[in-house]
Amino acid sequence: MRAKTVDRIATGVIIAVAVLIMAVLAGLLGFLLVRGVRHIDFHFLTSFPQAIKEGGGIGPQLFNSLFLLVLTMIITIPLGLGAGIYMSEYAKPNRLTGFIRLVVEVLSSFPSIVVGLFGLLVIVNTFNLGYSLLSGALALTVFNLPMMVRLTEQSLRSVPREQKEAGLALGMSRWKTITSVMLPVALPSIVTGSILAAGRVFGEAAALLFTAGMSSPRLDFTDWNPLHPTSPLNPLRPAETLAVHIWKINSEGLAPDAPEIAAGASAVLVIMVLLFNLGARWFGRALYRKLTASK
Amino acid sequence: MNIPTSNVQSSAESGAKPRERKQRHVAEEIRGKIYVYFCVLLMIVTIFSIVYFIASRGLAPFVSQGVALKDMLLGLKWKPEGEPPLFGALPFLFGSFATSLFAAIIAAPLAFCASIYMTEIMPKFGKTVLQPAIELLAGIPSVVYGFVGLSVIVPFLRDTFPGQGVGVLAGALVLSIMILPTITTIATDSLRSLPNGLKEGSYALGATRWQTISRIILPTTLPSLLTGVVLGIARAFGEALAVQMVIGNAPHIPHSLFESATTLTSIITLEMGNTTSGSLHNNALWSLALILLMMTFLFVFVVRMLERRVKR
Amino acid sequence: MSEHAFYTKDLSVYYGEKHAVKKISMDFPDRQVVALIGPSGCGKSTFLRSLNRMNDLIPGARIEGEVWIGGENICDPGTDVVRLRQKIGMVWQRPNPFHKSIYENVAFGPRYHGIRNKKELDRIVEECLRKTALWDEVKDRLHQSGLALSGGQQQRLCIARSLAVRPSILLMDEPASALDPVSTAKIEELIAELKKEYTIVIVTHNMQQAARISDKTAFFFLGDLIEYDDTNRMFTNPSRKSTDDYISGRFG
Repeated sequence: MRAKTVDRIATGVIIAVAVLIMAVLAGLLGFLLVRGVRHIDFHFLTSFPQAIKEGGGIGPQLFNSLFLLVLTMIITIPLGLGAGIYMSEYAKPNRLTGFIRLVVEVLSSFPSIVVGLFGLLVIVNTFNLGYSLLSGALALTVFNLPMMVRLTEQSLRSVPREQKEAGLALGMSRWKTITSVMLPVALPSIVTGSILAAGRVFGEAAALLFTAGMSSPRLDFTDWNPLHPTSPLNPLRPAETLAVHIWKINSEGLAPDAPEIAAGASAVLVIMVLLFNLGARWFGRALYRKLTASK
Repeated sequence: MNIPTSNVQSSAESGAKPRERKQRHVAEEIRGKIYVYFCVLLMIVTIFSIVYFIASRGLAPFVSQGVALKDMLLGLKWKPEGEPPLFGALPFLFGSFATSLFAAIIAAPLAFCASIYMTEIMPKFGKTVLQPAIELLAGIPSVVYGFVGLSVIVPFLRDTFPGQGVGVLAGALVLSIMILPTITTIATDSLRSLPNGLKEGSYALGATRWQTISRIILPTTLPSLLTGVVLGIARAFGEALAVQMVIGNAPHIPHSLFESATTLTSIITLEMGNTTSGSLHNNALWSLALILLMMTFLFVFVVRMLERRVKR
Repeated sequence: MSEHAFYTKDLSVYYGEKHAVKKISMDFPDRQVVALIGPSGCGKSTFLRSLNRMNDLIPGARIEGEVWIGGENICDPGTDVVRLRQKIGMVWQRPNPFHKSIYENVAFGPRYHGIRNKKELDRIVEECLRKTALWDEVKDRLHQSGLALSGGQQQRLCIARSLAVRPSILLMDEPASALDPVSTAKIEELIAELKKEYTIVIVTHNMQQAARISDKTAFFFLGDLIEYDDTNRMFTNPSRKSTDDYISGRFG
């Protein structure tokens, strides 16, 4: 009888915790959306921020975040694919491979602030790229690469062995078999994972404080020449992203409506992350269906 | 992939000149290998240069600028611009350890309960609702956690308990939500990989579910659960902005959970931008970064030790 | 010797310490079907897979001895295996079309080997699909995914794919064991047709199938080649008792 009572209490506690976690998540999202969505309108999403007046927007920050994400993915994806292909197809089970595995693990465990500091020291100062989008993208690459490598490795490993053998049996080189036969099969899961990784990159701030910088020049959204200093497309200009902006107005915001702007910007950030999450699932599934012609 | 030449085409059609074709696929293979080796090499170079550059700055205060290691690790006063400058980092170390350990103490039981719920009690609901919810928690950016902490947790603590609301407890609460997904995911994976026979054997002997969980499941999966906790602590230890926003940033060891404190990451975040490169103050901040780096290695080492025990 | 015929000499395969295939010497005559039979784990698939060195992919696998195809020993470390595999087509137990269109599945190999001319590729695709009796079934949907076909059609597509790079030898690893009886019959018809042009080695678990389609049969047991003879003689009057026991279903 006693054992049964204990069992019932324990089960109750476990269910209560599960409910609590759901409640925390619901409360968190509800709070962000209810507090934030009120402030989101077209003006807020497109106009420039105000330093000490009300009514500032997050236009440049939103643009910077998206542009930085694109830059980061352009650098990360080829490198991550390459290293992932090595880990899954070329690495032999020996000490060197064990060491590289350790490198990936350590690299993925570095706190993002440490990656940002490394970026400050090496990319910003030593390579002399200054506080710039490119520096930020390189720092985010360090932060994102291990994820991309693991993702590629796992996706390639789950490709049926017969697919690889079919390519080789046609007299193709290993490289051609990997890139033209195996990668298309692995593509849906690589795409899904990359979009999820992109969501993480989008919200990252600590690695950017000292690499992409905490301010943007007064951007001229009519000038799309990437060589001009105030052009939005110039990769060598400093850029404050949305996540960095939220941190900055919370710690040193002077505008009277700073809490509202922070709430609005947080809501935008969370909505973007939700979109990345849903988008990854949906896109991966759609791609899988298209590639396998299944219904 | 390859640009066809008329030469190759005709040779293939006539089925002759195998040597030429051999060179083509060999060249292709070599190009591919060079590419993947380059990518891997780049990762290795990156990790070594991270360690090298941060160590070269972080060791400078001890090697050439006359700060004793003992004074930094055990000193209680951080007055980098004082006369003489003091670099006692013990309050920051204390702050980092206190917040991350405390966060793990809050998060670990919750995470275990959640993973047991997902594997033993309601696997279906767990898989379709709770698991995506927890994955979503993992995706929320840390500045957003900081913002929520600042606008919900801090005011709540200020109204309920003595003090300003900001402090170790606020930091730990924010961190505990952030590391909950890490611990839950790993715990769930290890519970799922448990052989079925183990549980069934226990149920067959008439044990209740809780007896099975507490006497069979938890002891067997303990090393994996600990791995999750260590990874959670590692993440909390390295988290910068969310903690910095709610901890209050007072450079001393707090006397209670409700008192303001500072962590390694938050002092770096706050002061790195305001110091000139090469100055003693700047280098001392790099020493703190070096400590963070060393802690990362320590965490990875501990995780590996635990994983080795899992495999056994 | 014609380039279709080939032979092995003292071919051994090891998986780590395990001696999976033991010093097999076999002749594969020009344009005939050789069936490899034997109980599961007897080494017949391993032997088949070492004929185009597919076992290279398996960690810990090691190969000794010689396989002579077209005047080259493919086990010689200096041999260009990649080029050599083009001469040897392969078909697996489970159909494994590429995740590409029907057309691409067939055209992929020849294009890789240097044929870029669209008309020429069209011709090869049609020819190979006709040879595998698939053309009439798929000619209106060549650009649909190969995975949209039925299992039997997929398997014939895989055969067409291997024919497209003009091999002289076809290796088949239980090509019909995952298919329904109708599809199996089609594959068997196909094999009878294909042996006019190709030397075929087929692994099968199905004794009737071996009797129906093969000219010669080899019985493997525990990595050894027990008996290798004309299929007729083998099934009517085997010289070894264990062969007789296996064929008549007393073990295996």
